[in-house]
Amino acid sequence: MKSALSIVISREYLERVKRKSFIISTLLVPVLMIALTAAPALIMLFTDSESKTVAVLDATGNIAPRLAGNDEVRFIVSSDEPLDSARANSTYDAILVIGPGAIEKPAEGVTLYSHGSLTMATNAMITNQVEDAIEDVRLQDYNIENLKTILEEVKVDLPLTVIDIDKEEDTATSSALSYFLALIMDMMLYMFILIYGQMVMTSIIEEKSNRVLELVVSSVKPAQLMMGKIIGVGLVAITQIFIWAAIVGLCSAWVMPLMANMPADADPELIGAVSQLSDVGFIISLFVYMILFFIGGYLFYSAIFAAIGSAVDNIQDASQLSSIATMPVIIGIIASMAVINNPSSSMAFWLSIFPFTSPMTMMSRLPFGIPLWETILSLVVLYASFMFLIWLCAKIYRVGIFMYGKKPTLIEIIRWARYK
Amino acid sequence: MSDIILQADNIVKDFTRHRALDDVSIAVPRGKVYGLLGPNGAGKTTLIRIINHITAPDSGSVTFNGHTLTANDIVNIGYLPEERGLYKKMKVGEQAIFFARLKGLSRRDAEKALKEWFDRLEISEWWNKKIEELSKGMAQKVQFIVTVLHRPELLIFDEPFSGFDPINAGILKREILRLRDEGATVIFSTHNMASVEELCDEISLINRSHNILSGRVAEIRERFSGRRYELSYTGAPDALAGIEGVSLGGISPEGFATATIALPGSEDVKAFLAAANAAVDINGFRRIMPSMDDIFVAAVEASNAQQNTTEKQSTDQAE
Repeated sequence: MKSALSIVISREYLERVKRKSFIISTLLVPVLMIALTAAPALIMLFTDSESKTVAVLDATGNIAPRLAGNDEVRFIVSSDEPLDSARANSTYDAILVIGPGAIEKPAEGVTLYSHGSLTMATNAMITNQVEDAIEDVRLQDYNIENLKTILEEVKVDLPLTVIDIDKEEDTATSSALSYFLALIMDMMLYMFILIYGQMVMTSIIEEKSNRVLELVVSSVKPAQLMMGKIIGVGLVAITQIFIWAAIVGLCSAWVMPLMANMPADADPELIGAVSQLSDVGFIISLFVYMILFFIGGYLFYSAIFAAIGSAVDNIQDASQLSSIATMPVIIGIIASMAVINNPSSSMAFWLSIFPFTSPMTMMSRLPFGIPLWETILSLVVLYASFMFLIWLCAKIYRVGIFMYGKKPTLIEIIRWARYK
Repeated sequence: MSDIILQADNIVKDFTRHRALDDVSIAVPRGKVYGLLGPNGAGKTTLIRIINHITAPDSGSVTFNGHTLTANDIVNIGYLPEERGLYKKMKVGEQAIFFARLKGLSRRDAEKALKEWFDRLEISEWWNKKIEELSKGMAQKVQFIVTVLHRPELLIFDEPFSGFDPINAGILKREILRLRDEGATVIFSTHNMASVEELCDEISLINRSHNILSGRVAEIRERFSGRRYELSYTGAPDALAGIEGVSLGGISPEGFATATIALPGSEDVKAFLAAANAAVDINGFRRIMPSMDDIFVAAVEASNAQQNTTEKQSTDQAE
């Protein structure tokens, strides 16, 4: 005889995976994601960039020659033309007037007249060009030889190497990579909790509105039912993510050659950080812990959603409570961003013990390498709170049967939990 | 094995504002159909939930097959709740297999047993339909099968006939009796007194959280009959008026005059018949057995009246 738990898990899993909505969303999301990433490039490819003609009325005579146009903006030097006639000329999209005092007092001397408003990018481009030109003129006025070369030589770009002294091996960690990893894991956890945690809640409410719950309760223990739902939905999530990853992987393998001629603009700091994290053991343990916290965070929050689902009997009542329940997730993500700046502070420590915030906070602390006992303590608290919540919602669920059409108060819920 | 499959002793259950069950005891004999009757809100469903281990009593005990009821006993109980529904999106067959497996059947056994049931109730073509495509009554048939499929020793039906047309209700009654004949014990709660007369061997009547009447149906009817008899006759009613205790009735559907009388002993019956025989032409003489409907109303009203007096007295004393 198979255990009731595995039967519930397989039902929850199969019922969801076989649904049309699952199949559609699983196939559509990657398509949308790819479309979203590809859209800007496609738009760039297919829109013939309409270049703007800018007439330059330069009273100084020094700036106009230094302005270089590009695809978007074409400069036409027309310094002798009076402003009024230039304004009347409809072939100009804009007129850049540079007064005689522009080099000394740029704020007063430079004005741009335009037909309709120009894009931010065009404005910025013109501003940069004029600024560079004025700087160039000013520098030349100092009459120092080889000034440009000197300035180039003086410039510094420092990638800071950080080594954790407390670690026996010299594991170099990079704040950029840690930040990046923590952010991705936090966001994924947030998405997971929001989408799949709520799915657990809806599934419980659905049982109430279908009136099937008494039949279920007389066949399976509520705690097993809760566990089955949470694990079943979790497996659905994993399935969906694997399919997404596969589709995105396949598509990018196909799309990559097309994008080969694009400039590789990977962050050099990031590449450096990845190569610095050369200690394979550290990376593996980091990932194992992150996955443990990820699973723990999902379990903990979906148990909270399960408890909400057990206590209410329609989606309307639940949405209010569930929005309260997602608050700590957001707080945890914000806190984890703060914790990155100081991963060993006592605030960071307490946030990573408190189960509501620990999954998020630990994500951002783990890459910095924290004492093992802290990690274990945090994990134990997280998983123990999850078990406690499951026990609690099993109680609430059982008593919730009697509460059709009546909104329970918090005190009542607590009282139910004490029932045998 | 004892004759009593399930015994509930002195069950008390309080809810936030009222007492749902107050010192209720029942004993369900093995292999019988046991009726749990009572007006709406009397506490029947609460008692059933306690027997199903869905909720716990505040005090009192439930004994199942001679030992205290535990969560493991629920596989030996089949429960059809009053608030019943099924997963709307699931197909009928898969859903039935799911519940059967939760009750401990293997997939293969479940499938085999289900096919048999579906054939017998002539609903085989529903196997691949979703529940949301079925009517309420059709879904109830599926629920009934799900409840009894794992051949539990004890079957509990809460208002099983609600939502059924007379034909399907008849099929359901037939199946319930068949299950009993195959050895199952059935508890069912209902307002439908006609079905109680047809099906039940024993009953308990719950009113306002108390068990006010328990026993075998035949005994209870006997007790409530008040040994009343009906005489139908041809002749002048005045001729009977002289006999003590007779109340004259109307004309029976067959066109005979009727009269009723309470006769406490068998000697009284003989004496009365002799007197009546002398006075009129007797066409028929029968014992009046009260219907379960009458008994239900009489018992509930008597108990309400009694409770109201007690409450009034206690309020008076308090003042």
